[in-house]
Amino acid sequence: MKSWLTTTDHKRIGLLYFWTAFGFFLVGGLEALVIRAQLAKPDGIGVSAELYNQMFTMHGTTMVFLALMPLSAAFFNYIIPLQIGARDVAFPRLNAFSYWVFLLGGLFMNASFLAGPLFGADRLSVAPDGGWFGYANLTERQFSPGPNIDFWLLSLQILGIASLAAGFNFIVTILNMRAPGMKMLRLPPFSWMTLVTQFLVITAFPVITVALVLLMFDRFFGTHFFIPAGGGDPILWQHLFWLFGHPEVYILILPAMGIVSEVLPTFSRKPLFGYTVVVYSGVLIGFMGWGVWSHHMFSVGLGPIADSVFSATTMLIAVPTGVKIFNWIATLWGGQIRFTTAMLFAVGFIAMFIIGGLSGVSHAAPPADLQQTDTYYVVAHIHYVLFGGTMLGLFAGMYYWWPKMTGRQLSETLGKWHFWLTLIGMNLAFFPMHLSGLLGMPRRIYTYGAELGVTQLNVISTAGAFLIGLAMLVFLWNIVRTRRVGTPAGNDPWGGATLEWAIPSPPPVYNFTVIPHVESRVPLWPTERHGPTAPLPPTPPAPIHVPGGSWWPLFTAFGLPLMAIGALSHQVWLVLVGVAVVIVGIYRWAYEPFEV
Amino acid sequence: MPRLKWLWLLLTALSLGCGGFFPQSTLAPKSDFSAAIDALFTDIFWWAVVVFVIVEGLLLFAIVRYRARPGRPAPKPVHGHTALEIGWTLAPALILVFIAVPTMRTIFATAGHAPEGALRVEVIGHQWWWEYRYPALGITAVNELHLPVGIPVQLVMTSADVIHSFWVPALGGKRDLTQGRTTRIAFRADSAGEYWGQCAEFCGASHANMRLRVFVEPVTAFDAWVARQRAVPAAPARGSLAERGRQVYARSACIGCHTIAGVSRGTIGPDLTHLGSRATIAGALFPNTAEYLRRWIADAPSLKPGALMPPQGMSDDDLTALVAYLQSLR
Repeated sequence: MKSWLTTTDHKRIGLLYFWTAFGFFLVGGLEALVIRAQLAKPDGIGVSAELYNQMFTMHGTTMVFLALMPLSAAFFNYIIPLQIGARDVAFPRLNAFSYWVFLLGGLFMNASFLAGPLFGADRLSVAPDGGWFGYANLTERQFSPGPNIDFWLLSLQILGIASLAAGFNFIVTILNMRAPGMKMLRLPPFSWMTLVTQFLVITAFPVITVALVLLMFDRFFGTHFFIPAGGGDPILWQHLFWLFGHPEVYILILPAMGIVSEVLPTFSRKPLFGYTVVVYSGVLIGFMGWGVWSHHMFSVGLGPIADSVFSATTMLIAVPTGVKIFNWIATLWGGQIRFTTAMLFAVGFIAMFIIGGLSGVSHAAPPADLQQTDTYYVVAHIHYVLFGGTMLGLFAGMYYWWPKMTGRQLSETLGKWHFWLTLIGMNLAFFPMHLSGLLGMPRRIYTYGAELGVTQLNVISTAGAFLIGLAMLVFLWNIVRTRRVGTPAGNDPWGGATLEWAIPSPPPVYNFTVIPHVESRVPLWPTERHGPTAPLPPTPPAPIHVPGGSWWPLFTAFGLPLMAIGALSHQVWLVLVGVAVVIVGIYRWAYEPFEV
Repeated sequence: MPRLKWLWLLLTALSLGCGGFFPQSTLAPKSDFSAAIDALFTDIFWWAVVVFVIVEGLLLFAIVRYRARPGRPAPKPVHGHTALEIGWTLAPALILVFIAVPTMRTIFATAGHAPEGALRVEVIGHQWWWEYRYPALGITAVNELHLPVGIPVQLVMTSADVIHSFWVPALGGKRDLTQGRTTRIAFRADSAGEYWGQCAEFCGASHANMRLRVFVEPVTAFDAWVARQRAVPAAPARGSLAERGRQVYARSACIGCHTIAGVSRGTIGPDLTHLGSRATIAGALFPNTAEYLRRWIADAPSLKPGALMPPQGMSDDDLTALVAYLQSLR
């Protein structure tokens, strides 16, 4: 127990990230099922309007910040040091700090489900209810007087600190800790996409932090940044939020693209087609992702010039995305494809992401978007991209790296059940939403009239959502079963090409007995010019120094929720205690002896 | 659009049992604005179908053709192909040009500027109802917008509180209403009918209940409606139930928030001067019947979460009289 609380080992932190994020993923999924149950029939009032609004707000916020991002982070943590031939990340204690801040931020946000009585509310739950996008001026104190929005904006600030710390950590790790010979253009594609993602994190999160601080000032100190009567502008919030929010979309999808770019070559027995093009298109997407934010705002009425410009940049970003898809298909072309569960999920990713991309083009055209935005058509689009894309990609990563992370292989039979149920379930759930949206069903409505004619479509969507729920039960059973009877994995169950497959599963605490010298993009495969990297010695030739654990990252992390609780309850002294904890924690951390 | 006919067939098939009537559909345009959008979307839709078939086809072909079979030689380690890369960069770019040109054209054609002489209506969004003012006609309407067929209309919109979005799919795309800003849309409805819409921007507890209707009428019918709205409803007959209802209204909290021409001048809630002439109440949520009016006045928040009108503790007799009075306001 103590060793897990104080750990600085990237592999253990990776596992902590995984289990925590997976737990939040299940919570977010349950919230989705409540939403779908409510919409299964017209005029549904299974949950009240207020609770429904909390459900869709928490579903979105949870999936984006507490499930998809940290599930990617689990793989960054576990896999990146192994792929680049390092013993750990650049700043192991900062890494632990990131995890604890993420955990506490997530718990703080979800505590709002039970915190009602503390605030004198007449109901148990005071969870955030302003949407994951938190549009001002609805989220101002005048229209949202309760603590709901305070929970939201304070926990997002906490989570932002976790993301920023991890972002800097992984940029330094990938740039500086690569094994000898691993030039940037020999970096595995997953590591490359992680690098791009982390640059987006460290540039995008300051933007939302600024927006959240301004909103916090409005709510707590009576400023008027987003209040028209005081000279502010609610549209400013939208610009700031989406200036963060669109890079965030790429923060969510690029890691999954990286995973797929690892899985496809392994199970086609061919190197990634057009490696440099895939890498550069990922970098290009990272840059272009900054120039498209107002396509979330076509209905605001920014004027035809602005609409045209953002429409053009948005269509342009489809080009590097399309290039990636063609390169993935070309990777399959001429290969010897083995349909493991990981491969099925990776191919499913491509097939579903194409659909999400194409519907995306239809709302890159502002006039068409004026009919589609804020309807279920857009709900369909984001779920094809973030579930059909990101989530299937993450499942591919789970099946692919599970043996490396646990030493045992997940059952392929159960895995295939998991895959097909997920694929069928998601198409049943999300495809009809295109139609219900085009037939006039807005999103974020807790109820709708039977006269709209979308009842059947909603019934199908709900059935699909519960099928996805069933698929998750199969996956959970697979996890439990694998712990008991899973096949031991050995170093390399798949015949992978990258360095993580050169070492035992799970790897020893020091990872590599000897840091290998890298001579190609596929170090474990023979190429025209190089043989595969020689096997590493089974034991280290000399003792390897491994840093010990530290309490200070955990201690320091506790300061942040203390500050947030102080702000929520208007207890300035508690805020100051939180500040003191952070300062003392950082001080002790900085002067901690190197050996523990 | 005839080209969308098969999609209609599919939708109709899917909706058997619902009656197959979609009052809020985006696929049945009834104005120049919505027709322009529909033409653009149809264009993009078919491009998307073509790309979908080609790319998913290539993917399917690859995974079927190149699945591992015993005895096949090891695959050649191909690293890339410059001509192919250039090709599949240019192909999508070219398709996007074909999409972008009509897109830009439609953006400027639907930018919200009506020609001279258009009927101007000011739309004001409230949590959770709509107010329409016709400055040239000197009338105000609530939730139900009446428009003449074939005449250009300019909607000039703002919000009294949070951000809302005015959306009537048959007549055009949505546009947000923001406090402190004015936004506009323009269109010319091309056929008479009753079209449904609702708020499309999440605006709080009863966002789902902020609905609206548009009645597009032949010019003569529209003019008749305007004339009725301009007239002050006749006072109820002496000794009638409605007359007693008027007294109940005048001594209750109603007058603080509602306007009835000649009786009260409240501005927080909707104008009730012609309530009896409306098809719906409570944000186009319920039919305008005595039963719903009664329940609405007795306890509005239970029918529409967050509704600002508090439950009115009235006796049954008072309630009956008040409903009779309100229904008489035609």
